[in-house]
Amino acid sequence: MTLLALEDIRKSFASAEGAVPVLQGVSLGVAAGQVVALTGESGSGKSTLLHIAAGLEAPDSGRVLIGAQDMAALPDAGRAKLRRGTVGLVFQQFNLVPSLTVGANLAFQARLAGVHDPEFCAALAVRLGLSDLLARYPEQLSGGQQQRVAIGRALAAKPKVLLADEPTGNLDEATGDAVFALMLELARAQGAALLLVTHSARLAGQCDRNLHLRAGRLA
Amino acid sequence: MTLTALLSHWLRNKVQLAMLLAGLTLATALWSGVQALNAQARGAYATAAALVSEDGASRLVAPSGQMDQARFAELRAQGVLVSPVVEGRLAVAETRVTLLGIEPLTAPQGTAAALADGDLQAFFAGAGFAHPETLAEFSAPPMPLSPSNAVPVGTLLVDIGTAQRFLGMEGQISHLLLTGPAPDPLPDGLQLAQASEGAELEGLTDSFHLNLTAFGALAFAVGLFIVHSAVGLAFEQRRGLFRTLRSLGVPLRSLTLALAFELVLMAFVAGLAGLALGYVLAAALLPDVAATLRGLYGAPVPGSLQFSPVWALAGLAMAFAGAVLAGGQALWRLWHMPVLAPAQPRAWAMATGRAMRWQVAGALALGGVAVALAWFGSGLFAGFALLAAALLSAALLTPPVLALGLRGAARLAQAPVAQWFWADSRQNLPRLSLALMALMLALAANIGVGTMVASFRATFIGWLDQRLVAEFTITPRDAAQAVALEAFLAPRVNAVLPLRRVDATLAGFPGAVFAMRDHATFRDNWPLIADVPDVWDRLAAEDGALINEQLARRANLWPGDSVLLPGAGSVPVLGVYPDYGNPLTQAIVTEGWFDRLYPGTPTRQLAIRTDDPSATRAALLDEFGLSAQAITDQAQAKAISMAIFERTFLITGALNVLTLSVAALALFATLVTLSGLRLVQLAPLWAMGLTLRQLAGLELARALVLAGLTMVLALPVGLMLAQVLLAVINVQAFGWRLPLQVFPADWAQLALWAGLAMIAAAAWPAWRLWRGGGGPLLRVFAYER
Ligand SMILES: Nc1ncnc2c1ncn2[C@@H]1O[C@H](COP(=O)(O)OP(=O)(O)O)[C@@H](O)[C@H]1O
Ligand SMILES: [Mg+2]
Repeated sequence: MTLLALEDIRKSFASAEGAVPVLQGVSLGVAAGQVVALTGESGSGKSTLLHIAAGLEAPDSGRVLIGAQDMAALPDAGRAKLRRGTVGLVFQQFNLVPSLTVGANLAFQARLAGVHDPEFCAALAVRLGLSDLLARYPEQLSGGQQQRVAIGRALAAKPKVLLADEPTGNLDEATGDAVFALMLELARAQGAALLLVTHSARLAGQCDRNLHLRAGRLA
Repeated sequence: MTLTALLSHWLRNKVQLAMLLAGLTLATALWSGVQALNAQARGAYATAAALVSEDGASRLVAPSGQMDQARFAELRAQGVLVSPVVEGRLAVAETRVTLLGIEPLTAPQGTAAALADGDLQAFFAGAGFAHPETLAEFSAPPMPLSPSNAVPVGTLLVDIGTAQRFLGMEGQISHLLLTGPAPDPLPDGLQLAQASEGAELEGLTDSFHLNLTAFGALAFAVGLFIVHSAVGLAFEQRRGLFRTLRSLGVPLRSLTLALAFELVLMAFVAGLAGLALGYVLAAALLPDVAATLRGLYGAPVPGSLQFSPVWALAGLAMAFAGAVLAGGQALWRLWHMPVLAPAQPRAWAMATGRAMRWQVAGALALGGVAVALAWFGSGLFAGFALLAAALLSAALLTPPVLALGLRGAARLAQAPVAQWFWADSRQNLPRLSLALMALMLALAANIGVGTMVASFRATFIGWLDQRLVAEFTITPRDAAQAVALEAFLAPRVNAVLPLRRVDATLAGFPGAVFAMRDHATFRDNWPLIADVPDVWDRLAAEDGALINEQLARRANLWPGDSVLLPGAGSVPVLGVYPDYGNPLTQAIVTEGWFDRLYPGTPTRQLAIRTDDPSATRAALLDEFGLSAQAITDQAQAKAISMAIFERTFLITGALNVLTLSVAALALFATLVTLSGLRLVQLAPLWAMGLTLRQLAGLELARALVLAGLTMVLALPVGLMLAQVLLAVINVQAFGWRLPLQVFPADWAQLALWAGLAMIAAAAWPAWRLWRGGGGPLLRVFAYER
């Protein structure tokens, strides 16, 4: 069952020299429990594609289907609501909420979506090795720990779609590998569709499918 | 090169630059504007002092306030160096002026300046001199007048004969100026008075100027908050740039120098702009200030501003001092913080946590000083020091107390967004604290001064109603007319109550003794704040005197004590009456006794009680032939008094509004500068499914909540301020104490203003967030920071 489908996505940005096309007709699908790696040179539009999939940005044309709903056709408020309940996001910079504790960060999106399950959350924290850190603030954690919080936060709401933009880009190799393995395992266990951007061919090799973005198209 | 890199920051952050310059400009403007007003007024007092007498010159006066002109010739013949002066009030059309008659040949030096380039022949023949502003008020001058800046505003300088003619004082003079040593013993029936009117005026108006200066200093401090927060935030934002420059090999010294140069440059630009604005401000406010000083103290202050280079230099110096004060901390941090360390918001928060503990300690220490001053201090300066300590203490306590409140709210919050809202507000508090302290100060000053003025107004109106019971008062032209008027009116009205007074020094303070007729008008209405039993009967029985509150408080004389009256010796104090608006001391004795003590004192005014004011008025105009200007009816008198009152506090109101605006600007500056840093904190919430509209709304709500909490904190501080103003400053400055009255409607209005100011400050960043379409937030995810 395809949980995330992008259909003929086009996007260009205005610049001083006129519109610069970044995505020129990208289509892809990610099934439940499937892990898809997206690679491409810096500036090829990977982040843009992910933002469009998350409804953070609107495409110029094309459809973004999450389950049966077209994210791109919704207004801002509708996109936010859909994202809240069905999309988990993990970023390179972790992007935790600095004023909330680890525990509050973990549960935040789930509570926002009204699907908070304390037992599930606690189990997730154990699985991510965060049980002893719940009362700390993000700044008091190492990079690897912060990224595990970010993954837990994205998964706590049991999203249909998980989107990760270079989740190990800010981590050293050993830590990155461990975090990556954990993310794959948890996403698969939850049956989420995981689309992730990575620079590492080695990590991409562990995924179910590899896509390469070049000149605005998938190769 | 370094400088270019540093300055380019400002080009990219134009709003921040504008805020920094605006803050420094406003601070300088408010400060130097107030200083310009003070300097102008002081200059005017000096002119007045120079005209009437040489510095320290004393005069010979008669107890009745007048003496025969023959005394002059008699004393000159004995070799005593004196010069005769005739002084009186003259009504000219709508205005009243002081007519000062001198004898040019014997008059002291100061007067000569006024006459220097005049035509002495014409002067003897009846011409006079007046300040150009006084001249402008007349459509038909009472005599030929030439302009002279050496004559105080509101005074006509004429020859002694001319003055006698206009004042109906033929053959009489007011007093003799001593231009040489005082004779010993003093001539029969004359007293030596050390009155130099200029010095007297300065003493009286000092408190008013101190008030203005205090306000100027407050506004300056609030302005510095803006500069400080703008400089501090610019430093935070440029830390990365500093790091880059340092790693490129720029020595710390050059970097510091470049930053210092940047500060100096800004201080110079803002200082010049501030001077210009301050001048405009002072010019706009001066007419009111001048009117106040004239109305309240009779101080001759012209209503147009002169430019003084000393003032400009002082203002510029203040701008530099302010820039150094506000930017010094940033420079210090540049030297002492590991510039190569990455920015750590949490570490920063921890450091501010430590700073907050110091802040609380400082606040408590200052609070202790304030309490000690309240307990042991006396005098005007102790009063202002008490105010400063208490206000600063309250300002320092504002952030910790707000943090406490926010922490409590975060505990109580249930919903995730609410929890975040409070926690996030608390985390951002250190960055906002300076602006919030400025807001707290501005609000407290508003509440305090507003409550003081409103309390005063309420008391004043009640007092006016009691004091001004006579249907109207008449100012006779001279003693003869007074007698004729009394005879004319006696059968026509219920009562004619003559007003007679002599100038006197009471318990060492300049003042006057008044005569009061024993009449129901006074017995039933005259307000007393302290009295002995049967006070009116005892007053009528010549058993003692009433004194005004000013005398009572200054000399600490109350019923049961005795006061020394010239000519009468020590007499019991029978009662104390409030006497608002009068800077001088006063004593009242019953009419018969007064006439025996000070025989020949002319009647200056007649208060009339009548059931038919219009008929009486018509009779006076038609049958007696009195000019309409000589009659003041009750409504007029009240209107004049109220107008003086309102004008006195007009400047206070204006400064209040300005201070609040400066605080609002501080908030705006901070919020705008913060909005960049805020993006990082807001982006995760957006990613997790909050809409931009919700986020923008939350930002607005946060601003409002902080404004509301600050207002709640400002309320007790403001009331404390009002209490100190009413019970300490007013007593010291004016000699009267007023009851504190609260006006919650005013607070509600102020809270509304504070809310509006906060919304105005927060609206633009919030609107940008909402309408920005998430672009700035996306950059948080997409790019390296
Ligand atoms: N908001 C924007 N405005 C203009 N250009 C943008 C914007 N966002 C991204 N771009 C441009 O689009 C291109 C793709 O960016 P991005 O998706 O971040 O690439 P990647 O993640 O593959 O490195 C880049 O050239 C970038 O400069
Ligand atoms: Mg990218």
